[in-house]
Amino acid sequence: MYVRTVFKTLGDSFLMAIEAIRDNLLRSILTLLGIVIGVFAIISVMTAIRTMESSINSGLNIFGSDIIYVQKSPVLQIGDNSNRRKYWKRPNITYEMSIELRDRMEGAKFVSVLDGTGGKTIRYRKEKTNPNVEVDGMDEWGIQALNVTLDYGRNFIKEDIQYGRRIALLGMDVVEKLFPYADPIGKSITVNGLSFDVVGVMQRKGEMFGQSQDNYVLIPITTYLQYFSQRWTSLGISVKAPDAESFEAVKQEVTDQMRIVRGLGPDEENDFEVTSNDALIKTFGSFTAGIKLFAGAVSVIALVVAGIGIMNIMLVSVTERIKEIGIRKAIGATRNNILFQFLLEAVFLSLIGGIIGVALGVGVGNMITLVFTSIETVIPLDWVFIGLFVCSFIGIVFGIYPAYKAAGLDPIESLRYE
Amino acid sequence: MPLIQVKDLYKIYQMGNTEVRALDGVSLSIEKNEYVSIMGPSGSGKSTLMNLLGCLDTPSSGDFYMDGINVATMTDNELAHIRNKKIGFVFQTFNLLPKSTSLRNVELPLIYNGEVKAQFRKDLAMKALNRVNLGDRVGHKPNELSGGQRQRVAIARALVNDPAIILADEPTGNLDSKTGEEIMALFDDLHALGNTIILVTHEEYIAEHAQRIVRLLDGKIAVDELTKKKKK
Repeated sequence: MYVRTVFKTLGDSFLMAIEAIRDNLLRSILTLLGIVIGVFAIISVMTAIRTMESSINSGLNIFGSDIIYVQKSPVLQIGDNSNRRKYWKRPNITYEMSIELRDRMEGAKFVSVLDGTGGKTIRYRKEKTNPNVEVDGMDEWGIQALNVTLDYGRNFIKEDIQYGRRIALLGMDVVEKLFPYADPIGKSITVNGLSFDVVGVMQRKGEMFGQSQDNYVLIPITTYLQYFSQRWTSLGISVKAPDAESFEAVKQEVTDQMRIVRGLGPDEENDFEVTSNDALIKTFGSFTAGIKLFAGAVSVIALVVAGIGIMNIMLVSVTERIKEIGIRKAIGATRNNILFQFLLEAVFLSLIGGIIGVALGVGVGNMITLVFTSIETVIPLDWVFIGLFVCSFIGIVFGIYPAYKAAGLDPIESLRYE
Repeated sequence: MPLIQVKDLYKIYQMGNTEVRALDGVSLSIEKNEYVSIMGPSGSGKSTLMNLLGCLDTPSSGDFYMDGINVATMTDNELAHIRNKKIGFVFQTFNLLPKSTSLRNVELPLIYNGEVKAQFRKDLAMKALNRVNLGDRVGHKPNELSGGQRQRVAIARALVNDPAIILADEPTGNLDSKTGEEIMALFDDLHALGNTIILVTHEEYIAEHAQRIVRLLDGKIAVDELTKKKKK
């Protein structure tokens, strides 16, 4: 019966809690601050990481799906630099090695060879680009390996590679710069004084991390090696698995065959790196996990401190309002009425703080990522709910003792209290 | 059956090694619509008796029937409900919630009542405020009201749950004599309307408003007499 009455009066306890917070506005705001900071810390970091993750997950698909990538050193090197020398000293991957790997691979859909160099100026008659165009050498499978699409014109064919023809496929940025009004197909562009006939134009890919992904020229890998290779040029090999099921098996085959190509003995470790999109995402994941853990730890500490602050304020509040509690009890408030009133007040304080923290965190987190990327905003809903849940939890944990103390006060003594 | 029936009521406090008998075997019955003053010097057990009658406390031993219910053995929660529904308190220091309006103060017992739906509360509170002629002060907070007005808000709050008894503890103690008389006139009116009123006071002329005076001394009832008003 009394439990039922408590539920009936829950709505009013709710109102009373709001009234109490409003009546002690400054004190309430100061108490909120701790919670705001704690929640803000975790939500802003999680939002920033989430936006980066979503952009990287899409951005890292540079290799296309089901692609296994072989090169001399790892694609992503985050943190530890001590291995850099080791990677550098590995022998380069040559075109001959890539052809040998292609001949040996049985389970692959294709084996494509790639390399690129940046900072080139492309000219067409009087027009020229800025000296920031990337020139990539590739074979007939290269556009699949690079995850780009031919817009119009033709792809490279076997003979283009075989004879090292001086032909090119253009990215949209280069097309817009050099051929604002004309059809580029059949025209002759020059790179480093060498002329190339344009045979095709690639579809626009857009920006990532504020950088255009369309500022490139593709030429046959053999031509590339002839004119652009350096002493340190080491090629990248992309191997496409026929489907997702065979992916792991193909990856293993690539590793095994590459060891043979590289002439490694059974005791020697790989002197090349085999990567895939998942592996890259995993690498990034292990990097962000550290940040998440740190933000989590900071938040937990901030929230516990904030919780103690709430408890402190609630204890002061109970002492300050002994008389009020006495009056309420005299006119019929039960223990539970008082308990719920003070408990709800604590929960409310922390929840309001939580909501403000979430709003600030989502806002700032998105602003941080907007500096790096132009992707759309992200609200990490799961963390929003976790944050608000944790806030209510803190309100209850740190509010229960003061509320219990208030509820247990003797009505006669409370009434007499001045 | 009387509205209040108290039999052999003891309230004993242990203070160190000495036993203090705040109430030392009090028996008393009060009928419906009676108007009773309880008097006595400080330390006579007056406050203790009033706390027991107001169900703020339970006796060490003895029986206490209110409206036929034995209150002496009730739990805290049950006492809270009795206080809410059967008793209307009026205090010397008014004891209003300082940051709430008159209306909100009067509404409060209805909230703890739990059986009055929210939409009827305001009407009932307004009615109670009108009864004490404060219908035009509903939005005022206690510090915007005079002492007499504050006490009238407190009386409205005591009336709002339609209690069996109104228990007033020195209701004029903080008021000047003129305002005090106005408040006493209000109690006289309430009595005339059929309410049962118990008045705790040490002022003889205030006590004279009642029909009956119970005088306590050393935890016992020394005198239980009818006033001139009743004799008339």
